[in-house]
Amino acid sequence: MASEVEKKAVFDIDSAKEVVQELRASFVAGKTKDYEWRRTQLKAMLKMMDENEPQIVAALRDDLSKPELESSIYEIAMLKNSCKLALKKMKHWVMPEKAKTSLATFPSSAEIVSEPLGVVLVISAWNYPLLLSLDPVIGAIAAGNAIVLKPSEISPATASLLAKLVANYMDSSCIKVVEGAVPETTALLEQKWDKIMYTGNGRIGRIVMAAAAKHLTPVVLELGGKCPVIVDSGINLQVATRRIIAGKWGCNNGQACISPDYIITTKDYAVELVDSFKCELERFYGKNPLESKDLSRVVNSNHFARLLKLLDEDKVSSKIVYGGERDKSNLKIAPTILLDVPQDSLIMNEEIFGPLLPIITIDKVEDSFDLINSGTKPLAVYMFTNNKKLKEKFVEKVSAGGLVINDTTVHLAEPTLPFGGVGDSGMGAYHGKFSFDTFSHKKAVLYRSFAGDAPLRYPPYTNGKLRLLKALLGGSILGIIRALMGWSKA
Amino acid sequence: MLSSMEKSIAELRETFKNGGTKSISWRKSQLKALLQLINQNEDSIFKALDQDLGKSPVESYRDEVGVLKKSVTYTLSCLEKWVAPKKAEVPLLFFPAKAEVMPQPLGVVLIFSSWNFPFTLALDPLIGAISAGNTVLLKPSDLAPACMSFLVETIPKYLDNKAVKVLAGGADIGERLLQLKWDKIFFTGSPRVGRLVMAAAAKHLTPVTLELGGKSPAIVDTLSTTPSKAKVTAKRIVGGKWGPCTGQACIAIDYVLVEEKLASTLIELLKKTIKRFYGENIKSLKNISRIVNKHQFQRLVNLLKDPNVADSIVYGGSVDEEKLVIEPTILLDPPLDSEIMSEEIFGPLLPIITLKNIEESIDFINSKSNPLVIYAFTEDDTFKKRILSETSSGTVTFNDSMVQFLCDSLPFGGVGQSGFGRYHGKYSFDTFSHEKSIMHRGFYPEIEPRYPPWTDFKLLFLKLAYQFDYFGLILLLLGFKRS
Repeated sequence: MASEVEKKAVFDIDSAKEVVQELRASFVAGKTKDYEWRRTQLKAMLKMMDENEPQIVAALRDDLSKPELESSIYEIAMLKNSCKLALKKMKHWVMPEKAKTSLATFPSSAEIVSEPLGVVLVISAWNYPLLLSLDPVIGAIAAGNAIVLKPSEISPATASLLAKLVANYMDSSCIKVVEGAVPETTALLEQKWDKIMYTGNGRIGRIVMAAAAKHLTPVVLELGGKCPVIVDSGINLQVATRRIIAGKWGCNNGQACISPDYIITTKDYAVELVDSFKCELERFYGKNPLESKDLSRVVNSNHFARLLKLLDEDKVSSKIVYGGERDKSNLKIAPTILLDVPQDSLIMNEEIFGPLLPIITIDKVEDSFDLINSGTKPLAVYMFTNNKKLKEKFVEKVSAGGLVINDTTVHLAEPTLPFGGVGDSGMGAYHGKFSFDTFSHKKAVLYRSFAGDAPLRYPPYTNGKLRLLKALLGGSILGIIRALMGWSKA
Repeated sequence: MLSSMEKSIAELRETFKNGGTKSISWRKSQLKALLQLINQNEDSIFKALDQDLGKSPVESYRDEVGVLKKSVTYTLSCLEKWVAPKKAEVPLLFFPAKAEVMPQPLGVVLIFSSWNFPFTLALDPLIGAISAGNTVLLKPSDLAPACMSFLVETIPKYLDNKAVKVLAGGADIGERLLQLKWDKIFFTGSPRVGRLVMAAAAKHLTPVTLELGGKSPAIVDTLSTTPSKAKVTAKRIVGGKWGPCTGQACIAIDYVLVEEKLASTLIELLKKTIKRFYGENIKSLKNISRIVNKHQFQRLVNLLKDPNVADSIVYGGSVDEEKLVIEPTILLDPPLDSEIMSEEIFGPLLPIITLKNIEESIDFINSKSNPLVIYAFTEDDTFKKRILSETSSGTVTFNDSMVQFLCDSLPFGGVGQSGFGRYHGKYSFDTFSHEKSIMHRGFYPEIEPRYPPWTDFKLLFLKLAYQFDYFGLILLLLGFKRS
């Protein structure tokens, strides 16, 4: 009993090494490559979610005060869909892809074979602790890897639950959950992985990539940034407002990487927009939003203090046009809208990740493109407009992980779209087949025969050979015939 | 006060920001200019390659000039297709909606190239970067100085100076470049430097492609088929070892695995072929490159210093320090823990490792880190399948060597210690692009259950919606379903 407690107490470099060794042995033994094993694990994960929905919802309530609907839909339902998609499509994903061959390598045939990378590390975040942990794991399993999942310690109830459930439902010799905080994560990062996927912020992203560099481990970094929403006039304002609200406060109370961070609209339209927000916010959350059960709380006191710092900055607090109320004991901040905060304020220079929504105004809508491009590239940019030309310009000019026109956040649910960032918002992508691909190595295979061994490849090198080579690489049949005839003359 | 290096990069950033590299016509004009550069300077290119590496024009054409011309031509013919957004399927639930993925340039990219194929490894990535619409700083290796000078002098005469720059210099310049912020770094070279590049990139969250190396083995199982196949096998092994830059190539055959009872047959065939291709001895050596510099020469000579290794030489072994030449050398079963069997050789020394049974080659290869290529000469389909599924490498080529490099439709890159990321053909375009997701939605119809206040009805609705259970949804809306 005592030694068990001792063993559990410290997860250090040696423990990390042991875990990796065990998983590598499982991988080398071919356990995870086996197609049936992959299917069994995915089915087990589905069962795990079906049989534990109330416990999952309770853990998310503990960690985040997440409303049941958000937990059921944005975490559980999305995960189940992802699992089902993988189960349905995996047989296609694992098939080799034929590749064309050209005259230069005739006769030959070629294909691209997907193989697992090996032993992979998934580090997830606290805001969607179930989804961001298991969605990458689905891809890693489908691709045939052994996996360590390190959930965030900032959502401890969910992390514990995950550890327990994964151990009960899935193959522990190939899939493990390691709980812990900075020391445990550091111990894990010292090991050699075949791929690391990290969801979180840029500061830690840099640390993860630097650790990966020591072992030449490829990484996927799903980071964040300030996701702006451009609001043009001449739209259905009510629908637009509601969709922004759903994407902001409806997504873990603004604590989501793809939540609308701030709004850009024209000076002329701002007042109408603010009024629309006031109206819809009250309709959704009532007159006392601090008491609404349909809003997550701020995750912990650190983030609560951070958000208040943004809100209470002198040049900012005077710009509040709606909300601003706070309840420290329950870690709640009411949906808050600010109008025209200065560009150099704190709130406009870091990812908000909370229920505060600044509105910036400009003269012309088109000015928003340059404004957004002058900052670091965000994970997503949203625009509400009916102007076709503006849409085209938007799509062409604005650089971000993903763009949505006339809605917010929904592209996350679209498995045929790669989900990931660019620049400071990250590198790599996943969802759907992209998850499978991101945890695979795409091995090129060329089949050659012994027929047709062209002497022109080999020394002695002559001018005739040079001529023929030029023609062959140039790909023109006529050129080759000419050179062949010329060569045979020589 | 900005250094000239920082000013250059600022100019590249400005050009990119102003959209100078965005249009397809600009990209095509640059690619055509590159083609012109190669066509109009073939002789100078041959001369530089001869100077730096002793490459003959045929080798230079086959491995550098010809490869590049083919690459540019292919890219020009496919560019419009590659640049076009790709439609993505959208489920009915989101109707009306349109989804697509649009490739976009990353911005300002840095390309480090290596000395062994100083033109191919510099300009092939450049083709990819330009075709994807980026501005580029190219840093060729100073270990091939004539080629580097050629690139520094000639590229500005053909390409848009505001968008494509070439910087000369050594490791110190490389280090300074790595301190700055890039939107992508493409590196070809050794794993040791690859680590430094990635660590520097991590500071700016810059994505990287690392084309590294490793020990690429050749499994030989075709010596007892027919005499002509055995001969062709030997030719392809010789061509795959000493053909590319006398073994100084990431995809050169590093060592050979063969069954012990066939070792002497193989060695005899190899000897005959070597003599026919390259001459009888070191004095009459021809049609082969030389070692790039004294440092590499010394490194290779040192590999042979170990007496157990020296004892295993069965052909060649002579060196000429003045001319920086080492003749094609074959070793039979050097000790497995010697440096020559643990480090990437990158030179004209070919160890032959014998096994009782050729199937053991799979475990042997797996005991080392993942190579860039595995070459397997075999006609046994079962063995081929085993090699494919039980080993891991960037590429596998059956019954030949080197030619996979010419295949534009195959991704070229490593896995594990041999690197990550890939290029060639469309993969070059992709590696320098960001695939931006775009979703277009309409304002109608509106799905009310998306919005609070939450009710059981809304919960059930959304559950059914997320399962794409349209029938269930209809039942719910008609009142036939309860939570």
